[in-house]
Formats: sequence, structure tokens, C-alpha cells
Amino acid sequence: MPVNYIQPEFVVLRNSDRCIKCRVCERQCSNEVHTYDADGDVMLADESKCVDCQRCVTLCPTHALSIEENQNKLRQNGNWSNQLIYEAYRQAESGAVLLSAMGNPREYPVYWDKILLNASQVTNPSIDPIREPMETRVILGSKPSKLEFNEDGSLKTKLSPSLKLNIPIMFSAMSYGSISKNAHESLARAATELGTYYNTGEGGLHEDFYQYGPNTIIQVASGRFGVHPGFLNAGAAIEIKMGQGAKPGLGGHLPGAKVKEDVSRTRMIPLGTDALSPYPHHDIYSIEDLRQLIFSLKEATRYTKPVFVKIAAVHNVAAIASGIARSGADAIVIDGFRGGTGAAPTRIRDNVGIPIELALAAVDQRLRDEGIRNNVSVIVAGSIRCSSDAVKAIALGADAIYIGTAALLALGCHLCRDCHSGKCNWGIATQRADLVKRLNPEVGYKRLVNIVQAWNHEIKEMMGGMGINAIDSLRGNRLMLRGIGLNEKELEILGIKHAGE
Amino acid sequence: MKKVYAIEEYCLACHLCEYYCGFSHSGESSIVKAYKKGAPQARIQVEEGSEVNFALNCRHCDNPICVKSCITGALTRDEDGVIRVNQEKCVGCWTCVMSCPYGAVVRGHGDKSVALKCDLCTESGDTPACVQGCPNRALVFEDRGDAK
Repeated sequence: MPVNYIQPEFVVLRNSDRCIKCRVCERQCSNEVHTYDADGDVMLADESKCVDCQRCVTLCPTHALSIEENQNKLRQNGNWSNQLIYEAYRQAESGAVLLSAMGNPREYPVYWDKILLNASQVTNPSIDPIREPMETRVILGSKPSKLEFNEDGSLKTKLSPSLKLNIPIMFSAMSYGSISKNAHESLARAATELGTYYNTGEGGLHEDFYQYGPNTIIQVASGRFGVHPGFLNAGAAIEIKMGQGAKPGLGGHLPGAKVKEDVSRTRMIPLGTDALSPYPHHDIYSIEDLRQLIFSLKEATRYTKPVFVKIAAVHNVAAIASGIARSGADAIVIDGFRGGTGAAPTRIRDNVGIPIELALAAVDQRLRDEGIRNNVSVIVAGSIRCSSDAVKAIALGADAIYIGTAALLALGCHLCRDCHSGKCNWGIATQRADLVKRLNPEVGYKRLVNIVQAWNHEIKEMMGGMGINAIDSLRGNRLMLRGIGLNEKELEILGIKHAGE
Repeated sequence: MKKVYAIEEYCLACHLCEYYCGFSHSGESSIVKAYKKGAPQARIQVEEGSEVNFALNCRHCDNPICVKSCITGALTRDEDGVIRVNQEKCVGCWTCVMSCPYGAVVRGHGDKSVALKCDLCTESGDTPACVQGCPNRALVFEDRGDAK
């Protein structure tokens, strides 16, 4: 066997005082790290296969296991990190593009952590959400700039189709194929119970999930997988995916191994074939072309459903958003560079796009400056990690937020970032029947409902502290935000003052 | 009455129920101690197939054949419907093991070889240990009324 330059990233530590050799670690590891050696009556571990998903650690009944970073290090080098060197080795061996999953893990600034919220003192009393009504309902869609009434008082202005969210949080697009059927069922049922929406992603809609249509956002992406009139009319809204934060400018690639029978039928592609989404939509080369697709979809759904356009946060995001707001779209979705994915080329994920905080502030400001902010709702995605991130996003101008990674965490994801292997030990990013069943939707949907309801309570508390009793009064209310440790330019783009000002 | 039901769709065949069952009946204070000292036997057994798995244990039948077939009167059906084995009375003839249509009675390997079976953990707590320990809620403890 030739020499392998790549050393295991992790070590499996097994406390033999605690291990009872029940072998649950062995049975549960899809990477086949653990084995029981009957000869020596001992549990063994092949650490080179470990991805640190923590499945064995979590299920071990005696807490005998821990997975730690391999302390073995190459000679320290400020320029060539261990990771870069190992990546070079890996590519020298495979000759292939490096793949990664989930969001950009690198230490770029997180602006949410450099923004502080306001609270009322003395002159503007705060509001206790437990004792007083507090509104977190959001209406998404194009809003008229003025209302006209008939003589009898009835509304004359024709309103555009819209979505009503009880909670300003939706589940972002994750396709059936990239995640399992049980994961999709959990999202669909949670969205229904919460009175919000989940998104099909670009993989079509499994026939079992048409029943959740009133809480489903249908996605049409460049691959047009699973798109047919029934699909378009099945949901409450349609989202055209132009780009994704984890891999702006790129399409998608679902490996053939994941295209099992159900996925193949849902996507309307042959069994076992790679599902390749083109980089661009081949019929969209301008805002006018985008407008054509928007109106084709509106026509196909008899003008009853709002149409969203999702773009990745890239350098010219404000100008692009301005074009979209004039193209007939009802909402713009902006996905920041930390957004997750089931698989993306590592170099793209880690280096392309801009932070969602800056993109959101720039887009909201541009649309306001141009007087077209009411044409569209603005939805943000790309690593909203907690309720305070959500509040800051809304105060920066977002109408609603999408959560993807946070939702997966609620379902048991441990962010090992090995989704692209298809061997997800938590039953989320896999199509292997024995692994899919590890996610019991009965458990999963309740956990999703819990996390969103918990966030909503916290949102109400933060709003109450600011003396605001409706989310509509928080939206774009940048005076509620102050920067900390930001330079002039950053404050200017975010449109906020520095703490102390 | 409340019984333990297996949901085979979500059973992972991780066998944790067996370990929690063995521990629950071991009388030890910690699971590590229980298994380091010996090999406590489980009253629940995971049946494993290529596609379907489920954890099998006593159905606590309304009309239990095991109780009828017991030659020493060690097996009884309580007022609350729980079928128990009195280990003092059991002589290890295994008639119950043979007669149980579900194969839910286990042959004990202890010093005294007696029949072991699920007692719904009625002595140790409210919810049976297997149900509490199942990582995927593939075991539930509920009253399904008409179930025999």
C-alpha cells in the first residue's frame, strides 16, 4: 500500500473503565469506525474514517466515548496551515475538486455579533409580552403604495397575492434528495403547525407531501427538477432560485447514488443518474428574461401565488435586487455567504459571496432610496443562528428570515459537514433507508416547532424591551441598532450608529 | 392497560433497549457497574432483519397461555394486567418459553436458571427503562385499549 500523507483528523477516546462493549457505537457508525474484536474481547476504532458526527458519543449509554482533535500537527507555518497542506495532499491524490458541506466555517467577521440592540428606559416604557399583546405576524408580498376605496368603503385597490406568517421565520430551501424524506416530513409538519412555510428546494415535491401544500413554498431552480403544473400549483408561493449563498454562481450536483426510486420519480429524472443543475437558468440572461419567467409562473398559477426570487449575496447585490423589485417579483430572498449546502466546492463555499448583514442593509437602503421597497418583501437567509440575529435582521430591514442550518440542528445535525458523503448518521442528509429511519419525524417535527416557538418568545421579549409591540414597527428600525467595534465604512453600509452615539 | 409497543419503522436495531432493560433489572446503581460485574439479561430482544427491526417483549395478553401452561404457578396475571414470574416458584421447565406465541419469555442464565420476562418496570418507575432509553422513540408506552 502506498504511503498515505493524510493523517486522521480526530482521535476516538474510549474510556475502558466505562465501556461495557454493548457495541452501539459499532452498530450506529455508518462510517464503520468502530469494530468489536471477539478474539481480544475489545472494541477497536479506525479513526481515519471518523468525521466527528458525535453519533456514537451521543448514543453511548455509559458516556465512555469522546472524539477529540488529533493533536498530531505538521510543523507550524503561519502561511501554510495544516488544513491547506492536507488539502494539497488530498488533491494530489485524487485530482479532484475539493468538496465540503454546510456553511462557510472560516473566521470571517460575523456582523450580528458586532451589533447591539436597544431597550427602553424611563421615557418610553417597555412592554411585557406575557401581559400585553405582541404581534409577530408578517405578510409577505408586494404591497400597494396607497389604498383606494369605493364609495361604499370597500377596497378598490387590487391587492397582490401574499403569504401570512404567524412567525417571521420560515424553513429555507433544502431539496428532497439532499435531505431525507423524514427530514422533509418534519419540516412540512412543523411549518403547518407553526403557521409558517417550508421550502421544497429544487428537488420537486414528494407525492406524500402535497397535503402540506398550504404551508409549502415551491422552488423552481435552473435544473427544473420535478417541475410540472401540479407541482407549481401545490404550494402557497413559488420561489425562483437564481443563486445560493453557499455557492454563488454555481448550480447543483446531486450524486446518482442519492437518486433512488422515490427521488428519481419526484425529480422526474432517470434512476441513479446525477442530478446536475446548470449554473445559470439557460433562459435568463437579463432582468427582462427573469420577468418572463416570473410571469410564466404567475400565469401557470392563475396569478394566485406570490413569486419570490432568491439570489446569493454578491458584490452588486443592491443593484440586482433593484432589478428584481422591478421585474414583477413579490419578494426577494437574499442568501448570505455563510448559508449551508449539502455539497459545494470548498473554494467556492469559503471564498465567494458577501456577509448577509451587509447585503441586507445595502438592499433595503437601495430599495428605499429608489422608492420601490413596497414592491417587494425582503427575506434573508444565510446563517441566522438565533433569535437575536433574527431581530437584528428585521431591524436592518428584513420582512422575514429563512433558517436552514438552525432547523437541521434542531433535527439532530451535529455540523460535521460531511453531508456530501451521503452517509449522514443522523438520518438527515442521506437516502440510505437504514439511516433515514434514524430521524423519526414524530420527534423531529416537535423539535422544530419547539425551536421556532422558543425563538418567537425571545423575539417578543426583545421587542418588548425596546417598547415595540408589533414586528412591523421593528422592521427597518435601524435606530434600535448600534455597532460595536465597527469602522466608519461598515457603519455606513449597515446604516447604523456606533454604540455611544 | 399501558403496554410497550414497538414501532418497527423507526427501530434502528441499536439494541440499547436490551442494555437499559438488563440494567433496570440488575439491581445495581449504575449501568457501568451492572455490566462490569456480570451480564445482566434483558427481557426485551431486538429482532433484526435486513430491512425491518423491532424490539420484542411480553404482550401481557388478556388470556395468557404462559400462565395457563406454568406447572408451578410461578407465572401469574396481576389485577393490573401485568404478567409476572415468581422466581422463587419457577423451576426452569421452560414450558412458558415454548408456549408463548411471541417468544417473549427469556431463559435466564443466572445461578438459578429461571424464566425472565418483562414486568413493565413497575417496581422501578413509571416508564419502562427500554422506552426511556430508546433514542428514536421506536418504543412507546401507551394504552391502546383494544389491543390483546
